[in-house]
Amino acid sequence: MGQRVVDVQRRRLKPRDRTRALWPGLALPGVAWLLAFFVVPFYGVLAVAFGGLDPIFGNAVPAWNPLEWDTTVFGDVLDRVVNAELREVYLRTFVYVGVALFLCFLIGYPVAYYVSRFGGRRRGLLLGLILAPFWINYLMRMLAWINLLQEDGYVNDILTGLHVTSSPVNWLEGRAVTVVFGLVYGYIPFFVLPLFAALDRIDRSVIEASRDLGMGPLRTFLRVTLPLSKQGMLAAAVITALPMMGDYYTADLLSGSPRTSMIGNQIEFFLFEGSQKNAGASLVVILSILLMAAMAYYLVQTDRATRELHRS
Amino acid sequence: MTRLRTWWSNPWRRPAFLATGYWLYVIWSLVPVLIAVQFAFNSGRSRSTWQGFSLRWWFEDPDRSLWHDPSLREAMLNSLWLAFFTMLIATPLGVALALGLARWRGRTARASNLLMLIPLAMPEIVMGTMLFLVFDNLYTAIPLGRPAMLLGHVTFSVSYVVILVRGRLLTIGPDLEDAAQDLGASPIAAIRTVLLPLLGPAIFASLMIVFATSIDDFVISAFLSADASSQTIPIKIYSTVRVAPTPALNALATVMLLFTLLAVGLAVLALRVFRRGEKGSAVEDFATLDL
Repeated sequence: MGQRVVDVQRRRLKPRDRTRALWPGLALPGVAWLLAFFVVPFYGVLAVAFGGLDPIFGNAVPAWNPLEWDTTVFGDVLDRVVNAELREVYLRTFVYVGVALFLCFLIGYPVAYYVSRFGGRRRGLLLGLILAPFWINYLMRMLAWINLLQEDGYVNDILTGLHVTSSPVNWLEGRAVTVVFGLVYGYIPFFVLPLFAALDRIDRSVIEASRDLGMGPLRTFLRVTLPLSKQGMLAAAVITALPMMGDYYTADLLSGSPRTSMIGNQIEFFLFEGSQKNAGASLVVILSILLMAAMAYYLVQTDRATRELHRS
Repeated sequence: MTRLRTWWSNPWRRPAFLATGYWLYVIWSLVPVLIAVQFAFNSGRSRSTWQGFSLRWWFEDPDRSLWHDPSLREAMLNSLWLAFFTMLIATPLGVALALGLARWRGRTARASNLLMLIPLAMPEIVMGTMLFLVFDNLYTAIPLGRPAMLLGHVTFSVSYVVILVRGRLLTIGPDLEDAAQDLGASPIAAIRTVLLPLLGPAIFASLMIVFATSIDDFVISAFLSADASSQTIPIKIYSTVRVAPTPALNALATVMLLFTLLAVGLAVLALRVFRRGEKGSAVEDFATLDL
């Protein structure tokens, strides 16, 4: 009997040794792909940002060797971001994204809360309906609103019909309101879903305990549900803010005016319209650093929250 | 009246304002798109005033309808070509990567895992710039346009596949595979005969999700597209929606919508078949998926 157990174990061990090469081998093509088309390009942005420009054609001349890095252009762009005309673009982007996040919270929280607490038997359907915009192309959703916001579109028809405005408003000519609205409309699904997931994880018995102890629905919400969903709100805010910060097409489509241009528009301009590819790459580097800082803050916060949870 | 009073005094009633808010939100998020689809069937040129139903912008108009305008048709074919080949390349790469990362231990494995997750968190404009600059300056053998776009799409799609397949791998667990090996199967045979069939629905869902995300992508395509000949549907919408649009553009967008929803619907269906008998629904699976 004992001999058989040893036999079985030995037979189990042998293929395991061969497996050791199998798993890295399976992962190899994918990892190689990511190295070639993700890590190298990432370094390429640095090489272009710290490289030069071809004086005749304005093409980038990347400096692949870090010893040859030239920081003049990067320093110049950074200086313009901190002190000169690009500062306005950065501040505007922060304000737009901040306001849009706040509106996402106001609109999205009740929606996520309703589905997670009161979904009942129709939960699948209710959830499916808020998932649908995820799979409707962003540009199609913008196209839909461009049609509605035309001067002779339905929005103006309704507004003039209700005598809110006396004449049609041209919503699509450089209005910050329209751009922020577009950002909210475009990215709110990214806000609602992580929030739903977080609210759904809250233990029902905690809420029931609060109600049993005599707190009304409002106080239960404010003192139990809301604090418990803080982590989810943070996750939702980060997941929504990251793509918003790099957005350029919303401002382009809904306004197209330099008065509403965001960081993304500036990057796109440097890369494709002006021949200042190293300046564009520098802006991308600055944006990446900002976003990485936000990510790091988020990860530290989640880490702290998880550790507190384990301690208590 | 008494019914109203009992409803009001029930401490566990559903707050009506929340339900109202929810349905207003759904209307707000979906109805504009339905109106845009409706205008694809407008008989006039306007995309904001309804002038009656027709199929003019689908194929009746001899020049500018979706079927006859060569630039619209090309955008459609480019999108489908790109989505199809992205699906064929990214799915096997991602499945193999998911299998490898699930069992491979060590520091390199952890680093690879992190590397796989970063593209999901990165704003598309950063990724687009990276890829554009590298094809422009280093991988000059690969021309901008469809080849570069294909490589770019595969790059951001691989991570989705890994996430989807790994989720399934975790629920399957190592037991069945161990059993196969105890019964004498080689590790590769165990993967082929046990794991891959069990992963079938997840792999099918991955194919569909990759297809849908590729069709939907705008930024990476726009950064890597060379000229009008490599325009995809989203690029076409972006470049014409403010300039000289006709309802044919709405028709084009509608076609894209149908392809995406079909692909995603099939993916949900596949996952639902897979989960038969388990708790929860496939829709909820999608919702809690960390996309």
